[in-house]
Amino acid sequence: MHLYELPLIFVLVGLVLYVVLAGADFGAGLWQLLAGGGAAGERVRDHAHESMAPVWEANHVWLIFVLTVTWTAYPSAFASIASTLSIPLFVAAVGIILRGATYALRAGARSDSEQRPIDTVFALSSILTPFALGTMVGAIASRRVPVGNAAGHLFSSWTGATSILVGVLAVATSAYLAAVFLAADAVRHGDRELAESFRMRALISGAIAGALAIAGLVVLHSHAHLLYHGLLHGSALAALVVSILAGVVALELVRRGSFELARYTAALAVAAIVAGWALAQNPTLLPGLSVRAAAAPHDTLVAVVVAVLAGGVILFPSLALLFRLVLGGSLDHGGETASRTTPVRVLASATTTGLLARAAGACLIAGVGLLTIAEAGWAHAIGVLALFAFMACGFLAAATPSQYS
Amino acid sequence: MMTPVHQAYLLQARQMQALSFSVHIPLVCFGIAFPMIILFVEWLYLRSGDELYRTLARRWTRIMAALFAVGVITGTILSFEMGLLWPQFTSTFGSVFGLGFAVEGFSFFMEAIFIGIYVYGWDRLSPRAHFLSGIPIAIAGFAGSLMVISVNAWMNHPSGFRLVGGKAVDVHPLAALFGNSFLWPELMHMYIAGYIVTGFLLAGAYAFSWLRKGAGPPTRYERTALAIPLAIAALASPVQVLIGDWAARGIATSQPVKLAAIEGLHSTTKGAPEHLLGWYTAGQVKYGIRIPKLLSLLAFHNPDATVKGLDTVPVDRQPPVNVVRVSFQLMVGIGTLLALLGVVYLFVRIRRGRLPESPWFYRALVLAGPASVVALIAGWVTTEVGRQPWVVYKVMLTSEAVTGASGIPVGYATLALVYVGVAGGVVWILRRLARMPMDPSDPPPSSHAAAG
Ligand code: HDD
Ligand code: HEM
Ligand code: HEM
Repeated sequence: MHLYELPLIFVLVGLVLYVVLAGADFGAGLWQLLAGGGAAGERVRDHAHESMAPVWEANHVWLIFVLTVTWTAYPSAFASIASTLSIPLFVAAVGIILRGATYALRAGARSDSEQRPIDTVFALSSILTPFALGTMVGAIASRRVPVGNAAGHLFSSWTGATSILVGVLAVATSAYLAAVFLAADAVRHGDRELAESFRMRALISGAIAGALAIAGLVVLHSHAHLLYHGLLHGSALAALVVSILAGVVALELVRRGSFELARYTAALAVAAIVAGWALAQNPTLLPGLSVRAAAAPHDTLVAVVVAVLAGGVILFPSLALLFRLVLGGSLDHGGETASRTTPVRVLASATTTGLLARAAGACLIAGVGLLTIAEAGWAHAIGVLALFAFMACGFLAAATPSQYS
Repeated sequence: MMTPVHQAYLLQARQMQALSFSVHIPLVCFGIAFPMIILFVEWLYLRSGDELYRTLARRWTRIMAALFAVGVITGTILSFEMGLLWPQFTSTFGSVFGLGFAVEGFSFFMEAIFIGIYVYGWDRLSPRAHFLSGIPIAIAGFAGSLMVISVNAWMNHPSGFRLVGGKAVDVHPLAALFGNSFLWPELMHMYIAGYIVTGFLLAGAYAFSWLRKGAGPPTRYERTALAIPLAIAALASPVQVLIGDWAARGIATSQPVKLAAIEGLHSTTKGAPEHLLGWYTAGQVKYGIRIPKLLSLLAFHNPDATVKGLDTVPVDRQPPVNVVRVSFQLMVGIGTLLALLGVVYLFVRIRRGRLPESPWFYRALVLAGPASVVALIAGWVTTEVGRQPWVVYKVMLTSEAVTGASGIPVGYATLALVYVGVAGGVVWILRRLARMPMDPSDPPPSSHAAAG
């Protein structure tokens, strides 16, 4: 293991988490589209929305993480990929805009007739986005992204068979992950009927995803021979086998209704296939560009690694908290209202308000003197602090509500 | 390893970038200031037990959630554009500035996670736990701005690397991003702008509904909802003038050409005058009000100081003067008026102990919200266009940074269209959220209003 490989591992881990977490989110859109009409359809759509709404933003940030770490640690690879694959990247961008916007808009819908078009746009963009991102992965894996500023073909780089395959696979996997997640969520709500219907969906989509993955090997054989070759040798082959096994076990777990376990096993299948891809391609990042050559200078790599590790220390407990609250039902809609029996108390007396106002005045004068009139850097720093103190004191004086008569 | 290309649609690429920023930045203001404001109101509730504050905080939480979602997607577009539009820039300098964005990624994580908890946790967490879950959001709003602005400050005042044969070597990302004198004024100015924009827009919205309602005194709820954001904006606006002046003094030394463009100063002048308004043509400002020596005094605290002119660099290295100058004057003009409005309010509030009574005050307040957004965008135009033709000041030209891919006009048109749709959607949802019943004793209105 070299320093220059570490950020790539972070990127791959981020990618797996994005596929697993955001994938469930995309797939929820697909199930909304296929939910059908009537009350049953509405129930499916509401369930899909409400399960995802508290977590989608956090899931989405994994993509931002992947992008930013890539462009910091492997800038020329990032630039080559993004410029050659500008069309699928832009399509994914539009899909993400529409998805996010419809998440926000659904909160305001009052009737079914308002909600339907919102759900439809949401669903279509939920299919478009993973497909577009999948074609990009396919393009990189089949070595159709050369190094350089838009050096590859604008279209054929991402319209090859491998790209289409990975795109479709991404959609199918999302559907599967979503169905498992939503089934588990329905069990939690005690809604057996809904859970059962999502279990069926999970089995069907899981079977489709698995079949696609197997068929994919045939496609790789003729269209991305290097990758095919790499995948069937050495440690990549081991990863491939793990992935297949995990996929089969996950399906069986779904059949038995152990949805939580099935999710982790499915995540393992995704992780293994991503690892297999990385191993098959190692040490090449893009044709003619090794990971080492693409890596940023030493200081940057150290800084990125430290930043990611330090960030992870804050991030993972927070994520765990979010998912614990969501899965524990603490953030469900229509929950209990907390008791509010505190008596009304008076907030601030006139004398404190007067004191605060005078303190604010003093801070303002100090701030002007130090920031605007003085020249030294340290004076400016204190001056800015004084101005912030002015705003804070002034705010407490002016906003502490004495009835606002 | 990557070479610059010719891009016929450079101008469209720049406009697409400008469009994306102009959409993102007003939303960011809410990400900066709204969590703090809502937390303050929630704190008032916890202290007093007065239901009114709780209702207010909950209503604002809904608005924050909707705006945050739109902030997320517009921000994502910006990160895509680092590759879609400016791959050469990212390729060359990603190792220098990228760390800022990578760390920012973590602050987005915190923001997104705790917004999920905060928004959906009303009523479900204990009051204390709920209040605490809001604090990381406010911190992340500041941390996120710090990181992005550190990148922008670096572009304006690059350091922390050497360029050898088109490659950045000797890279010290921490020094590049945070050891930069440009960062602090820019960060403070933007952070305070967040409070001004959020405060005036919120207060303006309530002022608007009072004025329209006409007769009948406003309820206590309405008065509180107006007074809190107004107090923030009123205090922040005068401070913004001081911080802006600080930023300008920084530019005078590190980006003299930008200052010359801001002031329309053609040639290097000792004891340079300041021009208010007017139009720059043929090397001078026409139709402006001339104030002798003021520019030297403001920029260097010395009426006889020498100020560098545009002619210190060749014409093709000068920014478009009028764009920069008009934007700057727009920002300063609006900023001065906002500060005046703020002072009037504070005077009445503190001296008389009440809200102003004149409808003119409230009419001005309605205008102040949109005006502050104009000042915000104008400020960014000053910074970004004032740096042109450079993307990294004196290191890389924007034309060297741009993508070689074709189809920029198509992308630009599509994005513009999509954003028009999103803007329509945002207006719709805000009006809806404003009208949804929110009586304290009501249960959350319906399962559709999941953000309740
Ligand atoms: C509410 C918005 C707002 C208001 C009222 C003002 N500004 Fe501003 N200004 C911004 C919002 C802004 C900004 C957030 O858009 C910018 C862009 C870059 C930055 O750091 O802040 C900016 C940039 C900016 C710059 C350029 C910094 C650079 O190029 O790096 C200067 C010199 C000033 N401002 C000066 C002022 C002065 C003297 C003001 C007061 C009268 C003022 N601004 C009011
Ligand atoms: C990191 C923080 C950055 C911020 C906050 C920022 C801010 C802005 C804003 C607000 C505008 C709009 C100006 C307008 O409305 O005309 C703008 C324009 C622009 N930005 Fe930046 N920018 C940043 C980074 C970048 C990057 C990474 C690039 C590209 C390499 C870039 C290049 C440009 C260009 C070319 C324009 C258009 C200028 C024109 O219209 O002439 N900026 N920027
Ligand atoms: C090149 C410039 C920029 C890029 C690439 C960028 C990127 C992003 C991204 C990806 C998000 C979404 C985060 C999420 O998923 O939660 C976001 C949101 C945000 N950005 Fe930007 N941004 C840029 C400019 C700015 C500027 C100039 C500021 C302010 C100083 C800023 C502050 C924020 C904040 C506070 C949020 C939180 C979301 C919100 O409250 O709306 N960003 N940005």
